[in-house]
Amino acid sequence: MEKRSFDTLIIGAGGGGLRAALQLSQAEARVAVVSKVFPTRSHTVAAQGGVNAALANVLPDNWHWHMFDTVKGSDYLGDQDAIEYMCRAAPRAVYELEHFGVPFSRLETGKIYQRAFGGQSRDFGGEQAVRTCAAADRTGHAILHSLYQQNIHARTHFFDEYFAMELVQNQDGYFLGAVAMNIADGEPILIEAKTTILATGGVGQLFRTNTNALVNTGDGMAMALRAGIPLQDMEFFQFHPTGIAGKGMLITEGARGEGGYLLNGDGERFMERYAPNAKDLASRDVVSRAIATEVREGRGVGPNRDHVLLKLDHLGADIVKKRLPGIRDMVMTFLHTDPADTPIPVYPTAHYTMGGIPTDRHGQVVVPVQQGAEEPVPGLYAVGECACVSVHGANRLGGNSLLDILVFGRAAANHVIEQLKEQRYHQPIPGDAADVALERLARWNRQGKGESIAALRAQLTKAMEDHCGVFRNEDVLQEGQQAVLALRERLQDAYIDDHSQVFNTARIEAMELENLVDTALATVSSALARRESRGAHSRIDYPERDDQQWLKHSLFSLEDLKMDYKPVRMKPLTVDSFPPKKRTY
Amino acid sequence: MSELARLRWKCRRGMLELDLLLRAFINGGYAQLDAAQRARFDQLLDYPDALLLEWLMGRIRPTDKDVVQLVDKIRAAAAP
Ligand SMILES: Cc1cc2nc3c(=O)[nH]c(=O)nc-3n(C[C@H](O)[C@H](O)[C@H](O)COP(=O)(O)OP(=O)(O)OC[C@H]3O[C@@H](n4cnc5c(N)ncnc54)[C@H](O)[C@@H]3O)c2cc1C
Repeated sequence: MEKRSFDTLIIGAGGGGLRAALQLSQAEARVAVVSKVFPTRSHTVAAQGGVNAALANVLPDNWHWHMFDTVKGSDYLGDQDAIEYMCRAAPRAVYELEHFGVPFSRLETGKIYQRAFGGQSRDFGGEQAVRTCAAADRTGHAILHSLYQQNIHARTHFFDEYFAMELVQNQDGYFLGAVAMNIADGEPILIEAKTTILATGGVGQLFRTNTNALVNTGDGMAMALRAGIPLQDMEFFQFHPTGIAGKGMLITEGARGEGGYLLNGDGERFMERYAPNAKDLASRDVVSRAIATEVREGRGVGPNRDHVLLKLDHLGADIVKKRLPGIRDMVMTFLHTDPADTPIPVYPTAHYTMGGIPTDRHGQVVVPVQQGAEEPVPGLYAVGECACVSVHGANRLGGNSLLDILVFGRAAANHVIEQLKEQRYHQPIPGDAADVALERLARWNRQGKGESIAALRAQLTKAMEDHCGVFRNEDVLQEGQQAVLALRERLQDAYIDDHSQVFNTARIEAMELENLVDTALATVSSALARRESRGAHSRIDYPERDDQQWLKHSLFSLEDLKMDYKPVRMKPLTVDSFPPKKRTY
Repeated sequence: MSELARLRWKCRRGMLELDLLLRAFINGGYAQLDAAQRARFDQLLDYPDALLLEWLMGRIRPTDKDVVQLVDKIRAAAAP
């Protein structure tokens, strides 16, 4: 098997991976970045809204207000030291991007344009703040392309279209790189590194209806799980109430803001029952749960009664065309209908993974050691949506995830740079280090007849949507956990027909499904265990937040499906702690 | 065959909209393209996601007539 050596291996070329890579390459470290798709096709390109930083270009602002909003938004599950660090670092992260060539939109004063987003306030919960920096509606695209160009310039080594399969570690638990497969020819390669950074993004593909690119299958999270690292806070998954049913793309709140409303299969405007005052403009979780409840109780629309309708046609063609052009283009493209004439089928859509691989604010992966405090795992880091640092806690604010990937991508790299000074040589790699990965590859090359990967994936994502989506209670979650365990068993008997070596997408999809199943198990098990409602995790049977018992992070391990917990870091770096308060907006 | 396999992976993008449109096309309309059109499809996939999105959602018309034709075919393949 081919073997290559680097100082640092970064798995993932989204904004998080590329920000870390750039910092390291500029410090003269030898850096390899592995990405299963060409780097500029990473999911970061999809981010349109922008990135938060208290620049105060439009209205007065400061990082401490930003910190308050983030802590409150997290429903007090975010770690306050990491949140302080991120909010303080935000302005610099944005100015750095400007320096790297990101073409931010401008105000008339020439300063960076900022827009208002939900959940942002001035003066600790006062008036709306204006904090989100944007490059037109292409912020993610601009960031990703600029970072990629900078990395090429800094001579970062790219393994484009390589699929990372398993992490490599020695007997002492020291991480030494990973085994990847060149998708173009099916050849495995061992990439040896003194430090490894996981930056593989989120796992939106867990749910049938989601807004994420197909690549978002939680590969890094699953690799960490299989290597014995627990996943943190996986029960917290952000949903948006209105995605196009069966497809997932988001229809913004703006559609309901303009006067659109929801109808069930009986033609009833059901939101009046759930939220008599706010109706269709009630908060996201209320609307999401109402839609799921209508469908569960048999009042859905369509042959399978599995969605509801968003009605806009009463607004008149003029308003729809003028005020909602983006939504109209999307619906016409995918459904071949015009929302000015025909209501849009919608269902809650999975959007963002708050949980992930537990890290400290230097990006070091941390695990609990016996009864004592947690300790860094030697040689392993994680940044971005695959990590849980945790700045988003139980609920992420819009515009904070691009910030997260930039700030902690850089912070992790700086920590690695210090580590590399002390560690001049590679540690020896055990002879059997690649065996697990090679066995996995061989397993999918075996001939036979069995279940199809596509069918199992469809069943998994349907089970997750029905049993671990926006409608959660003890029975539903228990059934969900059983369903995922059964699918995990059945995956053992699956085969693929295609054993070619060149760009074998079937084999990649089989390995992606293995990753999805493991992260699904983490998600549903953590949701089943948490008997309270907090942020994005809402339980019908435990509707209140319970700080007495549940102001703590969940940790799920694959071994024996064990749940463990650790305290939230309530103490910021320099300022006073924000104690839990009831979260009202 | 391996050419199709390569393109199939190249259709994996950073945005769900593009994934769905391109996957439907590579499994459907692509088979009917002649050699020159197939080469053009390969080139089309080299464009950045943000521009492809504008084209495939019908927000901007490409200037090249041949690209317009291809874009229309991909849009037609998006089954409701
Ligand atoms: C539609 C949409 C809009 C959004 N808008 C905003 C916004 O306006 N503001 C905001 O702050 N956030 C937004 N977000 C969230 C934000 O875009 C993401 O959280 C963020 O981009 C994640 O970046 P990342 O670097 O962690 O991962 P990604 O950009 O997802 O990159 C993951 C990388 O890992 C690689 N990878 C994965 N698995 C493997 C493997 N097995 N082997 C090799 N490589 C692998 C991939 O190829 C890719 O390069 C939005 C999200 C969505 C879905």
